[in-house]
Amino acid sequence: MNIHEYQAKQLLARYGVAVPFELPAKSLAEVRPVAEKIAASGSAKIVVKSQIHAGGRGKGTFKSGFQGGVKVASSVDEAVSFAEKMLGNVLVTKQTGPEGRLVQTLLIASGAKIKKEFYLAVLLDRATSRPVIMASTEGGMDIEEVAEKHPEKIFKQYIDPAVGIMPFQARKVAASLGLKGDLFNAASKLIIGVYTTWWECDASMVELNPLAVVEVADGKESIVALDAKISLDDNALYRHKDIMEMRDLNEEAPLEIEASKFNLNYIKLDGSIACLVNGAGLAMATMDIIQHFGGNPANFLDVGGGASKDQVSAAFKIILQDPHVKGIFVNIFGGIMDCNVIATGIVAAVKETGLKLPLVVRLEGNNVLAGKQTLADSGLTIIRGDTMADAAKKVVEAVGK
Amino acid sequence: MSILVTPNTKVLVQGITGSFGAKHAQLSIDYGTLIVAGVTPGKGGQFFEHGGQKVPIFDTVAEAVKQTGATASAVFVPPPFAADAILEGADAGLDLVVAITEGIPIRDMVKVKRALVGSKTRLIGPNCPGIVTPGEGKDSHGGCRIGIAPGYINKKGHIGVLSRSGTLTYEAVWQLTSRGVGQSTCVGIGGDPVNGTSHLDIIKMFNDDPDTHGIIMIGEIGGSAEEEAAEWIKKNCQKPVAGFIAGTTAPPGRRMGHAGAIVSGGKGTAEAKIAAFKDAGIGVAATPSEMADTLLKMM
Repeated sequence: MNIHEYQAKQLLARYGVAVPFELPAKSLAEVRPVAEKIAASGSAKIVVKSQIHAGGRGKGTFKSGFQGGVKVASSVDEAVSFAEKMLGNVLVTKQTGPEGRLVQTLLIASGAKIKKEFYLAVLLDRATSRPVIMASTEGGMDIEEVAEKHPEKIFKQYIDPAVGIMPFQARKVAASLGLKGDLFNAASKLIIGVYTTWWECDASMVELNPLAVVEVADGKESIVALDAKISLDDNALYRHKDIMEMRDLNEEAPLEIEASKFNLNYIKLDGSIACLVNGAGLAMATMDIIQHFGGNPANFLDVGGGASKDQVSAAFKIILQDPHVKGIFVNIFGGIMDCNVIATGIVAAVKETGLKLPLVVRLEGNNVLAGKQTLADSGLTIIRGDTMADAAKKVVEAVGK
Repeated sequence: MSILVTPNTKVLVQGITGSFGAKHAQLSIDYGTLIVAGVTPGKGGQFFEHGGQKVPIFDTVAEAVKQTGATASAVFVPPPFAADAILEGADAGLDLVVAITEGIPIRDMVKVKRALVGSKTRLIGPNCPGIVTPGEGKDSHGGCRIGIAPGYINKKGHIGVLSRSGTLTYEAVWQLTSRGVGQSTCVGIGGDPVNGTSHLDIIKMFNDDPDTHGIIMIGEIGGSAEEEAAEWIKKNCQKPVAGFIAGTTAPPGRRMGHAGAIVSGGKGTAEAKIAAFKDAGIGVAATPSEMADTLLKMM
C-alpha cells in the first residue's frame, strides 16, 4: 500500500524525523486558514503541493492546462489562487499515465531556501535479506539514473536485523553526505528516525528525495525531509490499524478494489485479451504467451489455488468491465482444485453475463475429463485449447478477426 | 536418490487441525508420505485420523520430534504465527522446514532468516507449494509430498524441477510426465522476497545428486536470484539446465501476485534474467508450453 506525502511525513515525525512546518488541506475553505498559519510561522514563501500517489508532480500539467503540481507562493492570496487551480483538478505526470490523477488533498508547507539536496532511502536488500540504507549526494535526481550511471555515488549501509541500527552506522551515512558539525549530528539522529520508521511501520520502502539542508530564518541551517514517500508491506497491515486508515481508495483502480473483495488478484493492463488463471506464476506466463503469439494481455488475474464457482463468476464480471477486452483466455492447471468446479463456474458465468466475446479455455489436471464434458454439454460456444500454446494461438487468432 | 527428502522421510505437520493443513495432510497420507505427527498448541494428546491412520498430535514440535523421530515439517499456520512456527521447527532440530503459508510480513521473515544463520535447519519457502520426491507406485504413489503440490502428476525419474511458482512447477512436471519422463525431486522455493532457500542452493543440490540427470529451473521477475544461479551454472554445473522466466509482459512497479514478483528501480526484469540464462548456456523455453521439450532436446 502507498500513502500520500503528508501521511508519510506524519509517520516520520512520530519517529523524530525533522519535517518542514506544513499542514494538509482537503478543501478550498481549509486552504486560507492553513496558509495563514504557515505565513504566521515566519515563512516568507508558502509551498502548495498536490497530493497524489505518483512522482513527477512538480513538472506535471493539469488537464485544465495549468502547469505544475507543486507551486511556491509569495503570499497567502497567491497560495489560495494556486490551490483553486489544483484542488478538484486532474494532474498528469510522467508516472500517472495520460489519464492522470484527481487532486483531492493539498499539502501547504513553509518554504525554505534549499542549500543542498540529498537522497536517503531504507529498503529491503533481497540478496542479503537485510534492510539497507541508501544515501546519495545526488538528491532531487532520479535515483535509478544515478544508480545506473554513477553507482559510486550511492552509499549503502546494511543493518543487522538482530541488532537494529547502531548510532555509528547512522554517523557513517551522515559522513557519506559530507555533513559537518551540528548538521552532521542532526542528520545522524534523522537517519536513525528514518530507519526506525521503516522497521516499526513494516514499510517496504521509505524514501526521502530530497532530504535537504535548508536555511532557517536567522541564517542558520537545518536538515529536513523535504519530500517523503512510504510504501507499506500489505501483509503486515493487520498490525497497523492506524496506517490502514491512511489508505486512499481514490488512488486505486476501481476494478482492482472490486477484485480484492473476492480475494482475486487483478491488475489491469492495456491489451485486448483478458486472462483468468490460477496461480501467480502461471498467470504471468499466460500474459507472456499471449504476447509471444502476437496478442496483448488486458490484465493479470490470479484466482488462487482454491477458487470457488462464485470467484470464477466474479472474475468474469470484473474482466468484462474493461471495455478494451475483445476475447478471454481461461488457463487452469487444477492440481488439487477440481477442474469440473471451474468448468461449472465458467458455464454459469458465461450464461449470467451473456458473453458474446470469443472464449478460449484450457483445462488440465484433477478431474479434467468431467470438466471438459461440462463445457461440451453446456451448448455454449467455447473454444478448447489443448495446451497453453494451442489455446494462446487460438485466442490471439479469434481476437484478430 | 533425490534431494531434500526421500520416501522414508518422517514428516510432521504444524497446523494439522486447520482446514488447509488438514486437507493437505490427508492428501499426503493418501500419496503414501510418512506423516508421523501433527502439532497444534492446546490439542496435544488428540489424534488426526485419516484413511485408517491415527496421527498423534502434540503441543510442541520438540515433543513431536522426541516421540516420533520426525525430521521434516510442513508449516500451514496462519501468517501472524508463521515466523514463530518456523523457528520452533528449527529449535527442535529439524533438518527441513517447509513453510507453505502465504502472506507472512517481510519483517518477520527478515528476523527468521537472521535467526537461522548457523542453524542446521534448512527452510524452504515461505509462500511455496513445497516438495515432492515421487514414489515408485501408480501415479508416483509412495513418494514424499510436503506441501500442497498434486502428487499424482509426478513420475519417478531423473529430472529435477525448481521454481518459485506452484502452478508453473505443476505445468513443467505435467509436461515431463506426459512425455514419459520422470522427476527426481520437484521443489517450489516460494514467491516471497525473503525466502529460506534460493535457486542457487537447489541447483547445487541437484548438481550433486547422482540421480538427477537434467534440471528445469523456472524463474520470474523480481530480485536477482535467477542471475546468481545462472552465474554458478555457467562455471560449475555438470548437467543440462533448461528454464523459463515469467513476467516479460509485467508492468514495472506492480507486484504480480507474488510478493516478490516486482520490477522496481529497473531491477529484476525478465529481459535481464533471460539474458543471464542464455549466457550461462541454459536452454530458454520461448513459451511456458515448451519447458520440457527444451530440456529434452538438450539431453
